[in-house]
Amino acid sequence: MSLTEKHAPTKGHDDASHGHDHDLAHHFDNVEQQHDAGNLGMWMFLTTEVLFFGGLFAAYTIYRYKFEKVFEQASNILDPLLGGVNTIVLIFSSVTMAFAVRSAQQGKSKAIVAWLAATIVFGSMFLGIKYFEWKHDATLHVFPTSDFNWTWAREKHAEHEHHESHEPEMRGLVFNSPKVPQSYIDKDSKNPEAKQARLFFFLYFMMTSLHAAHMVIGFGIMAVIMIYAWNGFYSANYYVPVESVGLYWHFVDLVWIFLYPLLYLLGAHLSAGH
Amino acid sequence: MWDFPLVPEQASTVAPEVDHLTLFILAINIGITALVFALLFLFSIMYARRSESEVPPQYHGSMLLEIGWSIIPSLICLVIFIWGVKVYAEIIVPPADSTDVYIVGRQWMWKAQYPTGQREINALHVAVGKPVKLTITSEDVLHSFSIPAFRVKSDAVPGRYTTMWFQPTKPGTYHLFCTEYCGTEHSRMIGKIVVMEEADHQKWLSEKAELGDALQGRKLFSKLQCVTCHAGESQARAPSLEEIYMKRIPLALDKGSAVAPGTTVLADENYLRESIRYPSARIAAGFQYPSIMPAYDESLVSEDEMFQLIAYVKSLKKGQTPTRIEQTTIPSALGAPAVRK
Amino acid sequence: MSTMLDVKTGSGAVGASVGHDSKVNYLNHVNTAASWFLTLDHKRIALLYLVVTSFMFVLGGAYAGVIRAELITPKGDFVSSDFYNKSFTAHGVIMVFFVLIPAIPSVIGNFCLPLMLGAKDVAFPRINLISWYVYMAGASFTLFALISGGVDSGWTFYTPLSTTYLNSNVMATATGLFILGFASILTGLNFIVTIHRMRSPGLTWFRLPLFVWAIYATSVIQLLGTPVIAITLALVGVERALGVGIFDPRLGGDPILYQHLFWFYSHPAVYIMILPALGVTNELISTFSRKPVFGYTMIAGSSIAIAVFSFIVWAHHMFTSGLSPYAAMFFSLLTFSVAIPSGIKVFSWLATLFQGSISFDSPMLFAYSFIGLFTIGGMTGLFLSTLGTDIHMHDTYFVVAHFHYVMVGGTIVGYLGALHFWWPKMFGRMYAEFPAKISAILVFVGFNLTFFPQFLLGYMGMPRRYHEYPAEFQVLNLFSTAGALVLGVGYIMPIFYLTWAAFFGKKASSNPWGATTLDWTHTESPPSPHNFESTPVVTADPYDYRVIQKEGALVAH
Repeated sequence: MSLTEKHAPTKGHDDASHGHDHDLAHHFDNVEQQHDAGNLGMWMFLTTEVLFFGGLFAAYTIYRYKFEKVFEQASNILDPLLGGVNTIVLIFSSVTMAFAVRSAQQGKSKAIVAWLAATIVFGSMFLGIKYFEWKHDATLHVFPTSDFNWTWAREKHAEHEHHESHEPEMRGLVFNSPKVPQSYIDKDSKNPEAKQARLFFFLYFMMTSLHAAHMVIGFGIMAVIMIYAWNGFYSANYYVPVESVGLYWHFVDLVWIFLYPLLYLLGAHLSAGH
Repeated sequence: MWDFPLVPEQASTVAPEVDHLTLFILAINIGITALVFALLFLFSIMYARRSESEVPPQYHGSMLLEIGWSIIPSLICLVIFIWGVKVYAEIIVPPADSTDVYIVGRQWMWKAQYPTGQREINALHVAVGKPVKLTITSEDVLHSFSIPAFRVKSDAVPGRYTTMWFQPTKPGTYHLFCTEYCGTEHSRMIGKIVVMEEADHQKWLSEKAELGDALQGRKLFSKLQCVTCHAGESQARAPSLEEIYMKRIPLALDKGSAVAPGTTVLADENYLRESIRYPSARIAAGFQYPSIMPAYDESLVSEDEMFQLIAYVKSLKKGQTPTRIEQTTIPSALGAPAVRK
Repeated sequence: MSTMLDVKTGSGAVGASVGHDSKVNYLNHVNTAASWFLTLDHKRIALLYLVVTSFMFVLGGAYAGVIRAELITPKGDFVSSDFYNKSFTAHGVIMVFFVLIPAIPSVIGNFCLPLMLGAKDVAFPRINLISWYVYMAGASFTLFALISGGVDSGWTFYTPLSTTYLNSNVMATATGLFILGFASILTGLNFIVTIHRMRSPGLTWFRLPLFVWAIYATSVIQLLGTPVIAITLALVGVERALGVGIFDPRLGGDPILYQHLFWFYSHPAVYIMILPALGVTNELISTFSRKPVFGYTMIAGSSIAIAVFSFIVWAHHMFTSGLSPYAAMFFSLLTFSVAIPSGIKVFSWLATLFQGSISFDSPMLFAYSFIGLFTIGGMTGLFLSTLGTDIHMHDTYFVVAHFHYVMVGGTIVGYLGALHFWWPKMFGRMYAEFPAKISAILVFVGFNLTFFPQFLLGYMGMPRRYHEYPAEFQVLNLFSTAGALVLGVGYIMPIFYLTWAAFFGKKASSNPWGATTLDWTHTESPPSPHNFESTPVVTADPYDYRVIQKEGALVAH
């Protein structure tokens, strides 16, 4: 059989397909293929995210093993209650996201917008609580910059815990922190554990910042999806972007569920009094 | 111009071993490469296309052949691997009677210290037929101490010790290279390994004698106030350091730490160094966390001085811990200061 | 099972294209700047990548010229130490990240993958375009870093040198590479989804061309490995900026941790570089001997095996770093395991040639060159996976020779072969065969002359990254530089005759080589914008030459 029959090429595929413009991209043969491709693409992307965070988890694990004691002490400085509330908040945001996807499957565009808005609200609550955590961290001088001071941090944390804090309430939105006296700086420079604690906080801030960045990017994507949904772009026939952002958001939630115990719940927290 | 060498001299006990292994792998390389080239050449001639429309028989595979050429190379690789491990074991396990020499690399020079106090820069004088064990570290970035004629090298890693050993077999002068890129003058961080007859080496040692490392370490031990706590008495505030080198030390448990009951640590150079730099890392049983010992960083104890302290601790026998009032009798094993030239 | 090649199309097959120069194709149907820089057509994106990777190759090659020029004499008299260090760093960074990793996947893969699958495009055309822009962004940062003073950390950025001690542009370079990594990830992701979801009807996994299997395995590595180098570079950047100490021992950190994180990606990365070239060679050997690739299943499996094993051997780069001997033995053994699948491929090709009908068109010369050079490169890897010999050879020119044999003799030669092979498909015009043959021979000869002496230099103990060296190493270095000149000529030639051919070459038919895969049998040369008139339905294995006829063959013999 000759492969090159001399036929005139017939009309291309375009004619039949332009009944549903945005529902089916031109390079896909049918909506199922498009849907499956979109889903698989997001799962593949999430795999890369696992490896991305994985590098940090690996570094964390190794240093946790190396500096076990100091890491526990450092973890005790973080507030597990705030972290726990944040975890609940994020789980709620995943619930609302799941409902958004469900609405998309049912073709209810306005509901998509509402549920995504709720997700953003919960996500913002998370970031808000994080903000207050970090403001407190700044007063304790645990940001891993050159300002870091372990002696100060432990002392002020202990005072705070026993309600002996003499510092005035930190007002305002700015990350204010009082200057650390020289004696604390000297104590720290003689104490190798200070460097180890700084490493913990570096990993803490790096991992939670990366996570927060992913959340903010998620907000952006959700906002775009909300606009498209409001304009009726999605239907029961074509909703894979909503599903994809859903997968992404659940992943972001899942990362936090790993971060929370690793960072906040090390060791002595769970014993009564400390 | 054509008499350039192709193989470095074999100047250590391990060098011929490495070369034999190399020859074996080379033979396999040449064999398989020659086979591939020959078949390529042969098939090109035998099966060159004769006509435009020629279509040859369309084979797809043969399980036998495919299994064969998977299994046979695997077996060859296994042999190479095992032989490689054998040679590797010889390369990394030093004999018990090795002389210790301490090496500190820094941008862009090598410093060598003998326990008996001799120091060199960018050179190492050793005796033929005597094994030498090098303990190596870096003051700044990664370096690597490489002696091609001996077929050995080891990275110099800041923050810890690595070791390597060799036994020279031929007097002569051999290259010392830094083989881990370390910045601008990496290619100038080179030196000489000078292998001498034993008598010449003894002469060299005595010419270059200075206060031995252990003796220097003893001075540091007092100057840095180690004696205050490591006083050697039973009610001391710190563990006795007498004869602890290469002993198994049980560790203290810590509430909340993961040190399991019965955990021990081997008191090698790395542990001794860690105990000086990070005293609270692993504390001996019988004492409490956190350690009351202050940490001694690079500004208080340089890497050179660290080697001296360690040499001293290694030499410390029962009853030899100095009291706080400086003992005037120095144990003879530490060597009296030799006459300087 | 192979039957007569029987690929039904819907209505209408590919018309004979000889003489149809007024035919609308992907190159000529629209020609504004926007239509190129905002294209969603995978074929145009492939050409965009072709231009930038070629530019980067020339730039990286220029730095190589500096290195070889300096090494003519034992003293460092051509350039300063700093400039030399910056040159070999630039050479490494550019070649590894901007040429070797993207070349075959983003040029040949982008162009051919949908064609081989019977698809109209990749799964995510917009992400495809974005990946090119991400490449450009990464390239811009890195070029900026190079121009504004350079970086002298070596392409491996070992700490604490790169984090604490260097005064050069580590941050800018690390940022550029961080950004670039996403281009690699997006391309890999795109290809995986395309291969899974966009195969035309009847095109089952075991009917895929072996090039597709190779691209698939490559994409898996890209997806899984690249994020780790991204986070590692981010950590280096943060450490440099904040002085945190994650890799600096003075601050409690561990420089060996950096090496583990770095090599966890960078070892699989070398398989990103070689797998596509191995895939290309399948197509070339098969086409130019008119036989199916021997042992199809094993070859497909070996590509996947290489991808999997590549992730568990990384510490063979660290045998002298003070690794525990048990770890060293473990990694050494596993490294041998990676060698076996590669060897299987070479033997399979020989068996493919056996009783074939071999023609020596220039793509085939490149394929032969590949087999020869890859075999040598791969076999010399055995010295390095063997613990007893690696201690001596680590960080010497032996390693340099080994990896150039596989990366240049392997990947670049494979890339050149692929370019020659698919050039008539990409541009509808045939290049001149005679200069192509000369180029293939010059590359083979020049390459061996350049790099073989380096095996000897390495065994003698000449370290890597040395600006100056002891005088007894000079003669071999001279040979090496002389070879580099020959090699350079071999590289420059295709730039000229291929570019000329793209515009002025003789028109090519849709299948001048008589290949059997969908990209040849069912598309024009050059292909139409949508690739296929209608979706091909595949009912047979990919390599069956019994019914192939060359159409108005314009192949010069």
